[in-house]
Amino acid sequence: MHLLDYRLNIVPINVFIDPQYPVEKAIITHAHADHAKPGHKKVLGTKETLEIMKLRYGKTCAGEFQYINYGQKIQIDDVSITLYPAGHIIGSSQVLLEYKNHKIVVTGDYKTKKDTTATSFELVKCNTLVTEATFGLPIFKHPDPNKEVRKILDSIKINNDKDHLIGVYALGKAQRLIKLFRENGFDENIFIHGALNKICNYYEDKGINLGKLKMLTKDSFDIEPKIILAPPSALKDRWSRRFKKKIISQASGWMNIKQRVKQSLIEIPLVISDHADWNELTKTILNCGAENIWVTHGREEGLVHWCTRKGLNAKPLSIKGRDEEI
Amino acid sequence: MRRYSLEKFARLLENIIYSPSRNRKIELLVEYYKQTNDPDRGFAVALITNSLKLSSIRSTNLKQIIKSKVDPILFDLSYDYVGDMAETISLLWPFKKKKKLCTLSYFINFFHENSKLQVEKFLVSQLDKASTTERWAIIKLFTGGLRIGVSEKNAKVSLSKFGNVNLDQIEKIWHGFSPPYVKLFSWLEKGGPIPKIDILKTFHPMMLADQIDSKNDFRKLSPDDFEAEWKWDGIRVQLIISETETVIFSRNGDNITNSFPELRFKTNRNVVLDGELLVGGNLNPGSFNDLQQRLNRKKVSKGILQKFPAFIKLYDILFQDFKDLRSMKFSSRREILENWFNSNKQENLDLSSIIFFENWKDLTKVRNKFLQSSNIYEGIMLKKKNSIYHNGRPKGMWYKWKRDPKSVDAVLMYAQRGHGKRSSYYSDYTFGVLDGKNLVPIGKAYSGYTNEELDKLDKFVRKNTIQKFGPVREVEKTLVFEIAFDSISKSKRHKSGLALRFPRISKIRWDKSPEEIEDLKRIKDFYKLS
Repeated sequence: MHLLDYRLNIVPINVFIDPQYPVEKAIITHAHADHAKPGHKKVLGTKETLEIMKLRYGKTCAGEFQYINYGQKIQIDDVSITLYPAGHIIGSSQVLLEYKNHKIVVTGDYKTKKDTTATSFELVKCNTLVTEATFGLPIFKHPDPNKEVRKILDSIKINNDKDHLIGVYALGKAQRLIKLFRENGFDENIFIHGALNKICNYYEDKGINLGKLKMLTKDSFDIEPKIILAPPSALKDRWSRRFKKKIISQASGWMNIKQRVKQSLIEIPLVISDHADWNELTKTILNCGAENIWVTHGREEGLVHWCTRKGLNAKPLSIKGRDEEI
Repeated sequence: MRRYSLEKFARLLENIIYSPSRNRKIELLVEYYKQTNDPDRGFAVALITNSLKLSSIRSTNLKQIIKSKVDPILFDLSYDYVGDMAETISLLWPFKKKKKLCTLSYFINFFHENSKLQVEKFLVSQLDKASTTERWAIIKLFTGGLRIGVSEKNAKVSLSKFGNVNLDQIEKIWHGFSPPYVKLFSWLEKGGPIPKIDILKTFHPMMLADQIDSKNDFRKLSPDDFEAEWKWDGIRVQLIISETETVIFSRNGDNITNSFPELRFKTNRNVVLDGELLVGGNLNPGSFNDLQQRLNRKKVSKGILQKFPAFIKLYDILFQDFKDLRSMKFSSRREILENWFNSNKQENLDLSSIIFFENWKDLTKVRNKFLQSSNIYEGIMLKKKNSIYHNGRPKGMWYKWKRDPKSVDAVLMYAQRGHGKRSSYYSDYTFGVLDGKNLVPIGKAYSGYTNEELDKLDKFVRKNTIQKFGPVREVEKTLVFEIAFDSISKSKRHKSGLALRFPRISKIRWDKSPEEIEDLKRIKDFYKLS
């Protein structure tokens, strides 16, 4: 009997990991919308993950919430479940399943690079690794994020009459970027689109100091040139028309592909990602000691090929509708 | 300054492709000229304007090299994903240590002076020392076309800004120089007299005509001030005839001499002429379609030569025996042209005739009569008798009075975002007509509307989207456009089987219902294209 099937259902106990449709019991690895769906009867996850779900979907988005800490083992019948930090965003976790001497780790979304807004990734030894593959091609090698944010800090000095609009996802990326600005010596106001407000406040409440933030309101559009963070969709749309002199930027792992940058009309691409790049993915696969690798969530084919060349048992695990980075 | 020259060029290219605005691109170029020495900056201009090609190495050679360095399957998957060879290779190239690269000019000279094998070795050594962006720029240099959105015109504008000279002055001498344009840069930087160029080897930018507004302009213009000629439906050319050779340039300055081996002329005096290249026997022009059989052909077969012989109708004269006639008035130039023509009569050469008329009403009658009876005219040209020959499109000097546009009612099917200032607007429209019960697209238009109309259209698209395909939105098929176009022809490339020439929106018919749009069969019947 399988322990885990292709839908990430833990078969012996009928618990799903990040299910796309409402189920009885779910483990949620992190609070991004393509992993955390509302409507489950019972959800298990880190405190942060579940709190953000409540913040976004409302207090009744699941029937029952069960918080667990990293490293805290939970036993359900013959299966024991432990969450380990994934380094992706606040509260993000990998799931370790232990069943009859077999260890499976589901990484969820993860990165191993430094990020002071999330608990650092922890390598967990296992027999089978279910890994994400958002950047599962060797073209993806994320540079030092400090170097990336300095592109903006350099540009605001030269283009001091222009607003710098940066496209970021509201949860995780936005706060990490703000933190990076602070760590690189920028302590002035950073303006945020209304859609980012709630989550930024949440991070602050959790003791992650983001410095001086101002929500952009009708009255503050035309004040001094500024750094503005907004969801990527807003940058390309009517919302951005109100800024007369502006430079458009975006922070994402895709930004290392020039064609893509050009097509999206982005002037300053910031290659900053919350996902593991090719080197991180392959290193994790080698170091975790697993002989079976299931690849999901992204460019599976390349990573499966690489694993096979290394003599590992690898296969793609297709989960529909999960591709783009969040 | 000479150090890090290839690095600087790579950064320039990267900054340019990321700049959505034309002005910003131009600023970047000006900044680059200031910080770069000769001949590197001139080579940069040549590469950007596609006037210089490094062709000894092809991207397939490079593909082989990279496939020996990285897993070929991972390469193929990556290439599939990225879609651009230069970029894929630059991202996959095993990174060693960043080291100083050679200068741009050293790089280019090496390509020209060495064998393919040596060039390949040299290239690999440079790629090994480069950063990802530098590798991308280096590979872009010879995989054909930088495609960074800088036209030759914009490059000239940047040069005029750099040297603080008039764009006209640059246009006049531009074609007299070749890469790396050292003399040109020296003049731009240090001033002094305008550098001399070889008149008989150089394309001289052409004078173009404004579209006439037949409702308003005639009231203001006096018929006595103008000469009228036919506007022939061929291609405008510049013809340089010297004792030793004939050179033919297209209106963009491309040398097309070799495509027309029958057009070799003799002369008693060196001349630079302006005319129309047409196809047809006995100096009788055929259709534009006939002409197309002769365009973009490197080799011309005997059969084609016999079936579609070319000839030239002369409009104007720019130089005679190194004397610049461009500052003379049109009527004087015409006299000189006629004299030259009469003393140099020869095969495949004709003179564009002047149409006599008393007043505008007169001319209108002539126009209507001839345009209706024949397809060979595109319209009438009106040239002010005292107009000097000025490159570009000087106001109020020459007018083209084209055939009235044809029009068709079509329905909006898809919309796409524009570029630059229009990037937040759905400003590019695909429209279609009925084909039986279905709709079939027949063209694309992105002009003809006012800013207020664009606002409205943008709102319409957003409200009526039924599907999105990347940047393209499919809309409810309810909005009718009246589309104007210059001509229509059969086309195998389009699903509808028709191609419109210069389609634009002439009216937005908010009032019309989509049942009233045109039918493909009726269009084909009407224009006799079935």
